[in-house]
Amino acid sequence: MRTPASMRLVAGLGPKGWLAIAAVALVAWVGVPLAHLMLPESHPLHVSTYAITLLGKILCYAVVAVAMDLIWGFGGILSLGHGLFFALGGYSFGMYLMRQIGREGSYQSDLPDFMVFLDWKELPWYWAGTDSFLWCLLLAMAVPGVIAFIFGYFAFRSRIKGVYFSIITQALTYAAMLFFFRNETGFGGNNGFTDFKRILGYSITAPETRVVLFGLSVSLLLATIVLGKALIASKFGKVLTAIRDAENRVMFIGYNPLHYKLFIWTLSAMLCGLAGALYVPQVGIINPSEMSVANSIEIAIWVAVGGRGTLIGPVFGAGIVNLSKTWFTTSFPEYWLFFLGLLFILVTLYLPQGVVGLWAKIKARKAEKAALAEARASVAAPRAPAAADAKMPGGAAATVAKGA
Amino acid sequence: MRVESSISRNAPADGQKEGWDGGASTSHVLKPGELDLSHGVMLYLDDITVSFDGFRALNKLSLQIDAGELRCIIGPNGAGKTTMMDVITGKTRPDSGKAFFGQTIDLTRLTEPQIAHTGIGRKFQKPTVFENHSVFENLELALKTDKRVNKSLFARLFGDDLDKISDTLKQIRLADQADRPAGLLSHGQKQWLEIGMLLVQDPKLLLLDEPVAGMTDDETERTAELFVSLKGKHSLMVVEHDMAFVEALGGKVTVLCEGAVLAEGDLATVQADPRVIEVYLGR
Repeated sequence: MRTPASMRLVAGLGPKGWLAIAAVALVAWVGVPLAHLMLPESHPLHVSTYAITLLGKILCYAVVAVAMDLIWGFGGILSLGHGLFFALGGYSFGMYLMRQIGREGSYQSDLPDFMVFLDWKELPWYWAGTDSFLWCLLLAMAVPGVIAFIFGYFAFRSRIKGVYFSIITQALTYAAMLFFFRNETGFGGNNGFTDFKRILGYSITAPETRVVLFGLSVSLLLATIVLGKALIASKFGKVLTAIRDAENRVMFIGYNPLHYKLFIWTLSAMLCGLAGALYVPQVGIINPSEMSVANSIEIAIWVAVGGRGTLIGPVFGAGIVNLSKTWFTTSFPEYWLFFLGLLFILVTLYLPQGVVGLWAKIKARKAEKAALAEARASVAAPRAPAAADAKMPGGAAATVAKGA
Repeated sequence: MRVESSISRNAPADGQKEGWDGGASTSHVLKPGELDLSHGVMLYLDDITVSFDGFRALNKLSLQIDAGELRCIIGPNGAGKTTMMDVITGKTRPDSGKAFFGQTIDLTRLTEPQIAHTGIGRKFQKPTVFENHSVFENLELALKTDKRVNKSLFARLFGDDLDKISDTLKQIRLADQADRPAGLLSHGQKQWLEIGMLLVQDPKLLLLDEPVAGMTDDETERTAELFVSLKGKHSLMVVEHDMAFVEALGGKVTVLCEGAVLAEGDLATVQADPRVIEVYLGR
């Protein structure tokens, strides 16, 4: 008999974790809407539209970062093309938003403006059904999923690993970007999709819509973390990290790494697609620059800064990097890339486990000190075994950290 | 602890659960992938040749291991011992020759995980355990069970699995280390853990590449006892340089040299063979 799904999900998180999730969800669905809609703008606790949009955007990035951590931190596969899956999700849902514009575009046509501009008379076949919200939401998961599956199948079957895999993913997203830049591709060329008006009939710029999109972004992030935790706690997660550490051994005890890698790779891509679908209505634009190589590399930096293989770290990583990006690009736009590069170098050199690793290190050091003090206090007791016992957790954590 | 029993097992292995049946049931109908030991042969290598950039690592190697046999393989460095294990486990494809497991399973057509499932377990020369996983988890992962993704997502450990793991932990003397990360074990303990991982896999044929390297004399002695006790139920192929250990194991010895079998027989006979003395001492 199988354990019910709810039980399995619970396994990944402790009571503290669930409490934290409930608190975040409460703030997102009750606190923020109240502060945005009810409080006057002059009130110190008022949350501005700007803040909601910025946070919503960063939350979508955080989902991508967690998805990236699943494949990189736990699977040991560095993808430098995850921006592609994010953008594909965004484009898929963007098609729906374009159709929702209706006849309110500049050319008052049923077709999106860019198609009128190209003198197209009807929608291309792949736009069929895009007036349906659910179909486009499905596409936002299925398109990145299918592309990741096909690409992953051939790459993993050929046992392409390490830096070679990273370079190929980079080439993939670059090729896709060039493809989407073409006007004839039918996705608006270099302008992409923008000027959205409505979503499910509601105005896309209405404060209520923004609040709901924000709440959904928080929910998606929480769901992604819970799913990730459950996966990592399961036997699947153990096999995945085993593949990362000693793939040969895994094969010789009878697991097929191809299937494991393919599963987590496809899942990761689908999560990115969903994040992209939530991102587009909040920022109001999607264009091929989302598929640029630099964007995908930035995703890896979020994860590295936050802490690989920690699931929660990448959330902080995405937050820290993007908040500093916002600040830099308004205050010192010309220095942003230098700062990003510096940050990446510093983290790689001094914080191999990211900010979360730093936190764990501080905690371990404190515990060690406390244990040492305790050992000294009880001098009467034979000192050697006590000290050895006290040191063990710290030592174990260090080894685990090194391996990851 | 919940005890549930309906975890699905790997179907092909069911008929062979108790090890070699002595070839008693000669009239049985084989399922695909099932091990056929009707002629008492566990492993059959014939005329295997493997070249790497013109260098012949294996040169028309032929070797046969019987069901329940304990075979030692010795030979100077570069004789092709590890390459032979690579061929048997599917890591390297031979340029020519045949490799059969039982009467029917063609090893040259299967992938590494498929070969592991048919019942061949391998211990590497350099101990390879999952250093970030605990000793217990190492055994849990190796445990003989359905190893597909959809099963792993929802897998739970049940009573008999836990029993098997704790028995094995005692057998490899790591019961008190079960929750430590395997990376913290000593070299000899890692060797034992890897042997334990083979045991919980319950393979029909165990390939052991230098299993006692880095072990103390006491550990070596215990390893020999363990292997001798496995003989009969499993076939074992042990590659080792430690002659005292080979002697303790008893059994037939095969000497490999330059990718082919140089001599075969019990240890005393082989050691008296002038050709063997030549390759060991003549350089």
